[in-house]
Amino acid sequence: MLNNLWGGMILLAIVVALFTGNIPALTNAAIESARDAITLCITMLGIMSMWAGLMTVAEKAGLVQALAHRARPLLRYLFPDLGKDHPAHEPIATNFIANILGLGWAATPSGLRAMKVMQEENPQKDTATRSMRMFMVINMSSLQLVTISVVAYRMQYGSANPSEIIGPGLIVTAITTVIAVAFCKILDGLEHSKERISAPVREKNIRFQSANVRGVRS
Amino acid sequence: MSQVILFLSDLIIPLTFAGILMYAFSKKVPVYDNFIVGAKEGFLTVFGIAPTIVGLMVAVGMLRASGAFDMLSYLVSPLTNFLGYPTEAVPLTLMRLVSSSASTGLLLDLFELHGPDSFLGRFVSVMMSSTETVFYTMSIYFMSIKITKTRFTLAGALLANFAGVALSLWITNYLY
Repeated sequence: MLNNLWGGMILLAIVVALFTGNIPALTNAAIESARDAITLCITMLGIMSMWAGLMTVAEKAGLVQALAHRARPLLRYLFPDLGKDHPAHEPIATNFIANILGLGWAATPSGLRAMKVMQEENPQKDTATRSMRMFMVINMSSLQLVTISVVAYRMQYGSANPSEIIGPGLIVTAITTVIAVAFCKILDGLEHSKERISAPVREKNIRFQSANVRGVRS
Repeated sequence: MSQVILFLSDLIIPLTFAGILMYAFSKKVPVYDNFIVGAKEGFLTVFGIAPTIVGLMVAVGMLRASGAFDMLSYLVSPLTNFLGYPTEAVPLTLMRLVSSSASTGLLLDLFELHGPDSFLGRFVSVMMSSTETVFYTMSIYFMSIKITKTRFTLAGALLANFAGVALSLWITNYLY
């Protein structure tokens, strides 16, 4: 995907520059950007080395596993379909905690394993289960507590207080994760009531639930 | 309240250090040896992504110099003005959903033009920390197990990210 995106961006720049008469500016922009990129990487080398070092201390001390163990009650709430002590719990928790700590390299393998384990019990192999949906939406709601790379970029561009955005970022991240969970729980509830309508159970409930279903479709 | 949030920013990195070190000491793990191992990995990671950053910053730099962003801003400004959304942040907001490295290129471009401590600079900093590359993540995870019907997963992820953008704008307004 980046192949087309990158090539497209540069070709678009050249085409637009032909129309706007900005062709002479392109050369300087290309050369200056290339130089700035390396200056930035030099700043990042220090900050990212420090952070990755600290996170490795946490990893080697077993902090990820310890937190994953503590998270089990929460996992039971988020994934009721999986039941108690499901084999997917461990990779799910590892993925969440690695994401929270910003350990990208540990997050992806455990995330893929979680999906694979959940797929084994999936009756419809081409359709996501409720647990998969919950896992994916939380995963994509942004979990990372400290985005150290943004702090490094701000420092490189001369911010007076590069880390001042950590607090607000943390609060927004927490709220979006709650929204992600609420979205999935509400959808679970709506689908559940829809399934129950198709089976003739109690007449009183049917009228109430069909109102719900109409609400979803509109 | 705003004081508390800003204090949290100053506190979180020392706290992370303290928490991790105390936990590691309690487990009798050699902290400095592990730090060195990880720092080397971090060093190599940056070394490894440097070519990507060069490539994307060149592309973004050329796009800006060509005037394409000005054209896009002109096109979307009626909508963004109506919503009260900073027009300059539109390319970044859209790119953020697709590619992490390309959006980094756009973020740095905004820092260079407006400064990281401007309103816009602070807003995009918070936004970058609280959104994700939805389309990229979706395709990798679901493709790995060949799932095609995702049952509103995309809608949920987009909702969370849309909320992330809106809340970032709100909190930046509130704090500064």
